[in-house]
Amino acid sequence: MLELVKVNRSFGQKAVLNDVSFKVDSGRLTGFVGANGAGKTTTMRIILGVLSADSGRVTYQGAPVDGSVRSRIGYMPEERGLYPKMKVAEQLVYLARLHGLNPSRARSNSDLLIQELGLEGKANSQIETLSLGNQQRAQIAASLVHDPEILVLDEPFSGLDPLAVDSVQGVLKRKASTGAPVLFSSHQLDVVERLCDDLVVIADGSIRAAGTKQALQAEFGTSSFEIETEKELDWLNKMKGVTVTKSEGTRAAFNADQESAQEVLRLALSKGSVTKFAPKRPTLSEIFKEVIG
Amino acid sequence: MSEVLSPIQGIFLVAVREIRAKLRSKAFLISTAILMLSVLASVIAGGILSANPEKTKVAALGSAVSIAESFDNLEVTPVETESAATDLVENGKVEAALIPTEGKGIGFKLVSKDSTPQSLLAQLSVYPEVEVLHPLKVDSLLIYFAAIAFGLVFFISAMTFGTTIAQSVVEEKQTRIVEILIAAIPVRVLLTGKVVGNSILAFAQIAAIAVLASVGFIATGQSKLLTQFGPSIAWFVVFFVFGFVMLAALYAAAASLVSRQEDVGSATSPVMLLVMLPYILVITFNSNPLVLSIMSYIPFSAPVGMPMRIFLGTAAWWEPLLSLVILLVTTSVVIVIGAKIYSRALLRTGGRMKLAEALTGRA
Repeated sequence: MLELVKVNRSFGQKAVLNDVSFKVDSGRLTGFVGANGAGKTTTMRIILGVLSADSGRVTYQGAPVDGSVRSRIGYMPEERGLYPKMKVAEQLVYLARLHGLNPSRARSNSDLLIQELGLEGKANSQIETLSLGNQQRAQIAASLVHDPEILVLDEPFSGLDPLAVDSVQGVLKRKASTGAPVLFSSHQLDVVERLCDDLVVIADGSIRAAGTKQALQAEFGTSSFEIETEKELDWLNKMKGVTVTKSEGTRAAFNADQESAQEVLRLALSKGSVTKFAPKRPTLSEIFKEVIG
Repeated sequence: MSEVLSPIQGIFLVAVREIRAKLRSKAFLISTAILMLSVLASVIAGGILSANPEKTKVAALGSAVSIAESFDNLEVTPVETESAATDLVENGKVEAALIPTEGKGIGFKLVSKDSTPQSLLAQLSVYPEVEVLHPLKVDSLLIYFAAIAFGLVFFISAMTFGTTIAQSVVEEKQTRIVEILIAAIPVRVLLTGKVVGNSILAFAQIAAIAVLASVGFIATGQSKLLTQFGPSIAWFVVFFVFGFVMLAALYAAAASLVSRQEDVGSATSPVMLLVMLPYILVITFNSNPLVLSIMSYIPFSAPVGMPMRIFLGTAAWWEPLLSLVILLVTTSVVIVIGAKIYSRALLRTGGRMKLAEALTGRA
């Protein structure tokens, strides 16, 4: 488990991170969402030691994250780039070796990734001669070539073509299934929603919400319900403690506490059969809006 | 699983990459070849010139023949008539003709084609006896040659490899790969690796030039020159090693302040000035003992100034050692400051970072 405890960082007078604490559990995909400038990249850079924290600590399995842990992190910075004049394979081997792999492991890992990511035939091409899509694949390979135990990916899906998005999703899931903690940030909330197990929401340098996706949905979704019956629901807005948010004849959505909701259900059943009654799960973007708002 | 890289291994990996990237550059290979060839060519040309001091061809008439033949370095063509002599001058067979003047002037006149034959005049002139109270051990032409050689080699090598470091620093910043690199290895290891890699290339080039020049001197029978130059060349190499490391750190730090290749030139121009200064000074003041003494102690010009003084024989035995200590101390201070600027500025992209920001860490 990767954990941040009360991490603070400021640039000059401007506080960028404010007591940031959250966990990235092993074997789980943790989505890290927040608006531009909320502090996602700074947080990830602090995890990698690229920036230092003013106070607070970052631990892995309870021990502080130092050079030996960092060399086992697969990192994709928000700002991408590789040596334009180096060949794909040569570059991957170099990066693997910088992370401490021996030459033969570095070479076999590089070969394997080149195959997995569909870069066969490009191994000896210079990066700058590759198509944009293939450059992105090489970038993904660069963050995985040293067999990392932990993944920290800053906007791994931004600028990817749909095929590459699929292959990155696959990589993240596979890594998590081997027990690795995986932290990734994204603007594309639909991707995060589909993919992540856990969620961390950051705004203005503070963590606003953190937990499993289900817990967050429960927390932010309890007051909203959907109901569908065979009879008209015109009586619904006359009920005490119920605010109807949407009403279309036999279907409606409303906000209410648990007790009033059960009352609605009883009343509906007494009038006829109920075909649907469910607490409405908020989408990630709804949670996001509520948390940030 | 993966091992943690030791700093030495990290420096080695970075240095090897730097060297490989440079050796792959055709521009570098071609310019090195040209530099090598011109060094070899100048040594050989020097050999040929000194082996066959060219005799001046003259024509001489009548009584002037014996006068002309009394000078060793004249090749005399005796002629029968004055018109035959002027013909030879006209069609360029001889540089001038000596024609007797029957008692007028000094007894003969010089006829030349289109200008006064200065060198011939000098040879035919009579000088008073000269007594030099404190003769220099080497002649002034050789001093000038040595000054140009040390100055130019230092200037070209420092500039070539300093610029390479600067470009490589900015390339990593511009392509953003630097963030992956410093997530993997400490900033100091990255900086040291770059300095070491480029320094090795610079030393290899200097060593190759030294070997080539030595072989050239021996092959053209100028081994006397080699013994004369030997000690100063050895000191030059020692001073160059530390002087270059200092400049390399400065180049890296200066370049880290900017994010685009277009800005490398302006960011590194103050460092460039430090590289050019000793070259200009040594060319201008190679016979001025005071300026040379000062130069030989200032860390930036010591790599050129001190070997020059050793060559002239004006440096006491302890002087190069003292100057080397000063250079070493300065180099270590510069490396510490350079590493600080480099690590602070590395992640700053966009506009140019102010030096004060990089030094104080305020942004």
